Amino acid sequence: MFASCADPSTIEGLHWLACYLTSGKHMAFYASFGTVMLLLAITAPAALAFGFAGAMATRSRLWPVQWLGRGYTAMVRGVPDIIFFLFVPIALDQALEWVRHKTICPDWTEPVRRGSDFVVCAQAKLPLSTSPQWVHDTYGFALAVTAFAVVFGAFAANVLHGAMRAVPRAQIETAEAYGMTHGQAFWRILVPQMWIYALPGLSNLWMILIKATPLLFLLGVQDIVYWARELGGAKTSIYAYPHPDWRIYYFLGLLVFYLGLTKISEVVLGRLNARLSHGQATLAGEAQRKATA
Amino acid sequence: MSCLQTIQDYALRSVGIGERLLPRSGFTLCEQVTLIGSGMIWNVYFGLFALLAGFFLATAVALARLSPLVALRKPAEWFIFLFRGSPLFIQFFLAYEAFVLLPKAGLTLNLIFVEITADTRWLTRAWAGALIVLFLNTAAYTAEIFYGALRSVPRGDLEAADAYGLSGWARFRRVVWPTMLRLAWPAYTNEAIFLFHATTLVFFSGFPAWQQKGDALYYAKYFADKTFNPFVAYPIVAGYFILMTLVIIAIFGLINRRLNRHLPPEARPRLRIRPQVVR
Repeated sequence: MFASCADPSTIEGLHWLACYLTSGKHMAFYASFGTVMLLLAITAPAALAFGFAGAMATRSRLWPVQWLGRGYTAMVRGVPDIIFFLFVPIALDQALEWVRHKTICPDWTEPVRRGSDFVVCAQAKLPLSTSPQWVHDTYGFALAVTAFAVVFGAFAANVLHGAMRAVPRAQIETAEAYGMTHGQAFWRILVPQMWIYALPGLSNLWMILIKATPLLFLLGVQDIVYWARELGGAKTSIYAYPHPDWRIYYFLGLLVFYLGLTKISEVVLGRLNARLSHGQATLAGEAQRKATA
Repeated sequence: MSCLQTIQDYALRSVGIGERLLPRSGFTLCEQVTLIGSGMIWNVYFGLFALLAGFFLATAVALARLSPLVALRKPAEWFIFLFRGSPLFIQFFLAYEAFVLLPKAGLTLNLIFVEITADTRWLTRAWAGALIVLFLNTAAYTAEIFYGALRSVPRGDLEAADAYGLSGWARFRRVVWPTMLRLAWPAYTNEAIFLFHATTLVFFSGFPAWQQKGDALYYAKYFADKTFNPFVAYPIVAGYFILMTLVIIAIFGLINRRLNRHLPPEARPRLRIRPQVVR
């Protein structure tokens, strides 16, 4: 980083620390905070979309769709989310490769599963073994995001389904009295009103999502936990910056990062809640009305 | 090898009884079910003891949080914020690194006349170290639930207690505490379910599985990695957890019935577990 850092063995004290904290690996460590933020930024809307689809399926009048929706919302109740985090990426990867294998190499007669191996033809591999490293990284990250979106979509479907049922029945009846169709009443009356009922649940879900992000480490993504372990481990003098086992300080740093993130989220969500409660027929809305009156 | 033989060999493998080597090839369904089931012993152990111990600490922390004394309230608030605001995964890592840094030979406490050597090695083992983290974690979450319940104890109940001349410990023991439990019970059931789910994190977070004695997910991952087939081992562990969730709901439902036994049967609130995820 700095020119004076060229030979770390000659420098000492604060200068050493400044050089140490700006080394190339530390830059990768700082960038991995961006990975976490990116995961949050992609997963939150994706999970909301999954959840909305799930909640709509649960309300469907076609029983196969309804069953599918119910099964999806029920699956996170009994099974730990970490099992899905381990299961979804590898299952999805194998499913994709299998489909590609069947379409690209139809004349391949040997079975795909042979004992403890899963073999598809070279052209069906995902990503192709010839593709550059960043494609592999992106593919792994995309699988991780999908796993998160599926699990948190199921949580969100629970919340949204409850919120849809919480909208007063009279609102829908009024819409129907005005001659709106089922779909119109849903999109124009129910959906705009349900958010205030969904917000407490969704805020809670956001907090859980934040706290689930270190699990990226288990999916093989080079995230902040990976780098904290990597950088914190004891370094002998063959390294440019030898130091004893400092992992505890790195993890303390991560702890502070997460505490800050939840604190900021709490404040922002509190404000959002106050804003959405404005003029609503809920306890919070009523309290606001009394306070200003 | 028959399935009965496999059960004999591996049913208690996770606590170190039975066959020493894990199966290496040609995995049968029986082996997977038995070994993963054996791992459930650890999940039940962690969940049960953390829940039992956490219950009492949570009651104390919730009361401290409600206290008018700043010296009691502030630490309680910080404790809850620290454990609820950070990921359990990071807490496991941090605790493990902290326990590792403790001197290997043991702490020597010099108490004027006697010298006590406290052995600290066992803290780095999962059975103790992870249990401590889970215990503190669930205590924080439960304390928040109990705190909310304490704040919504009806005023009329407290006034009635006053009218009967109850005060201090008697009032707490006979009026406040039972009402708090009644109000908190559905949320607490939920917390219990999620605590049991959280026990699967232990062996993925720094704490090593010593001599391959791990929990259910540890063995499931072992099989999934060896066979490269996630469609057998993970559904098995999922099945075990659904079973355990049902057992938890049944037990908590029984306690809920006992808590509300003073009400006429038709007025008793049924324990409906709406998965309001509060973690």
